[in-house]
Amino acid sequence: MPAFPKKWLWALLAAAFVVPLLHPLLPDVVSDYRLFLVSTMIIAAIAVLGLNLLTGFNGQISLGHGAFYAVGAYTAAVLMDHLNMPYWATLPSAAIVCFIVGYLFGLPALKLEGHYLALATFALALAVPQILKYKWLEGLTGGVQGIVLSKPEVPFGLPLTEDQWLYYYCLVVMVLLYWAAANILNSRSGRAMMAIRDQYMAADTMGIDTALYKTVTFGISAAYTGIAGALSASAIAFVAPDSFNFFLSIKFLIGLVVGGIGSLAGSVVGGIFYVLVDNSAQALSTFAKNDLGLQFDLSAYTVFGILLIVLMYLMPMGIVGGVYYLARSLYSMRKPQAKEQAALKQRVSS
Amino acid sequence: MEQFLQQIASGLANGAIYACVALALVMIYVSTDHINFAQGEMAMFSTYLSWQLMSWGMSFWVAFIVAVAFSFVLGVIIERVILRPLHNAPVLSIVVVFIGLLAICNSVAGAIWSYLIKEYPSPFPKSSFGIAGVIGPHQLGVVLVTLVVLGLLFVFFRYTPLGLAMRAAAQNPQMARLVGVRVDWMLALGWGLAAAVGAVAGIMVAHIVYLDPNMMGGILLYAFASALVGGIGNPGGAVLGGFIVGVLENMVAFAGNQVEKATGVYIIGNGEKLTVALIIVIFVLTVKPAGLFGRVVVKRV
Repeated sequence: MPAFPKKWLWALLAAAFVVPLLHPLLPDVVSDYRLFLVSTMIIAAIAVLGLNLLTGFNGQISLGHGAFYAVGAYTAAVLMDHLNMPYWATLPSAAIVCFIVGYLFGLPALKLEGHYLALATFALALAVPQILKYKWLEGLTGGVQGIVLSKPEVPFGLPLTEDQWLYYYCLVVMVLLYWAAANILNSRSGRAMMAIRDQYMAADTMGIDTALYKTVTFGISAAYTGIAGALSASAIAFVAPDSFNFFLSIKFLIGLVVGGIGSLAGSVVGGIFYVLVDNSAQALSTFAKNDLGLQFDLSAYTVFGILLIVLMYLMPMGIVGGVYYLARSLYSMRKPQAKEQAALKQRVSS
Repeated sequence: MEQFLQQIASGLANGAIYACVALALVMIYVSTDHINFAQGEMAMFSTYLSWQLMSWGMSFWVAFIVAVAFSFVLGVIIERVILRPLHNAPVLSIVVVFIGLLAICNSVAGAIWSYLIKEYPSPFPKSSFGIAGVIGPHQLGVVLVTLVVLGLLFVFFRYTPLGLAMRAAAQNPQMARLVGVRVDWMLALGWGLAAAVGAVAGIMVAHIVYLDPNMMGGILLYAFASALVGGIGNPGGAVLGGFIVGVLENMVAFAGNQVEKATGVYIIGNGEKLTVALIIVIFVLTVKPAGLFGRVVVKRV
């Protein structure tokens, strides 16, 4: 799949930076609540990006990325709570910790493929809330209660609200991470990652150090998701073990599948999508009850589950991949027709 | 000492549940090479169904039979409708579909019956059942019921033509097709049987863990561990693995308790059950992927 056109990317980026400043003009449209929602979407996009690096570009299935998200969030929270570290300094620490954890988990994962790796990561995702409640860690993690933090404050006396500042903070982090990911993928290492996904044996024979690439990719992927976790810790200003349950990992998976497996731009779409569905679940449920005559509540996970299955049939490449594929096949369908018509015209005129 | 015996007995009772779910997983794995991540949630759904039937006034065993039969049909339908078209899909697609099924089962059960924890009755008489001080009536009942189910399955697969056909379809689909076995339907039947066995496990365990939409999460994880310990392609191994893991789980917690009592240092207890399962899963997968009784698969390149 080709990269997103650069022109559009810049336009989007400019819009993302300018729109919040329209708050005085359109107070209802660009409200603080909406900005906060967009910030959570950005965080989700980063997390899905991390998962995509591993599953989409390296072919290692992970159902347990919620675990790395949790590690990132807790690293940030513990550093802020116990060492009074400023919130922005927690990101590199979370990235490093998650890279190490991911790398270490990548070592046994080397021996596993396909279903077995899915199984091991599934087990990891299920066990995470319990591990966070472990008695010896209680001093650090606050046990079941979790840790309450404070929201990032606006620095340098900038004339921004807290939510606006949070938005810019998340946006800058995402742009940097996206840029880094695009560059990694566009390099020798990125090609090696994808070669391992497509033809493991061939990649190995070509002299690619498959074990190294796989474990490092696991580490990088975990670091991305961990940064997202750290961002979420400062955004929500609270961490608790039970918010990192298996359903968090399902959300990342839905982001991956909806956006497109193996598409960077798709990861962003996927992240935005799952936050959107998650947040409009209540409205969706009321709609289903009143207008469709459904007898019981419709939860976001029912929608997610149905989408997961349906997308696997209709658009295994995700929505972004699917739209691209459709556009291309339409385009190539039109082209021969045009040629034919031109030929017909020539024949008629001669 | 009595405590020790108690722990072993309750470990065996849990192990019986794990054995059932592990057997269900293995039945699907052997015939299609898929690991069914939705097995636990499907069982949970059947358990809720039996609860609903009982609250409508059916007796326990009638509700039990209806729910198990329903699960069988549901399993067949899921295989025919959802998984059949994905026969040659990549692994990731299949895993994603299973996770989708898991999410649907869980959220629909939560929507219909709410996420509130419910009590679930035990069908076994309290008096003169069980061995006082060692094993409770429900635990003994669970072990008996699962042993009966496993025995029936064994007889079915070993001594009936249909069972033979199903084994043939799982072992060598092409050959089986050549001699006239309808392989597609055999796979669907396998799915149905797996769903039914899972339902038995769910209904039996609901009295112990109480009924709620997330009740099977930990059990599924232990069932995975059991299937892996026994060798994921081996039904007998899965059953034995279930009992081994069940006892092991309780022994670990028991040992942790004893250590805490003796030295005052907390290392491990009931709160780390899932972590123990995680460690078993990763340990077996990396150190001995074939498990105790599994065949080592040699891949031809």
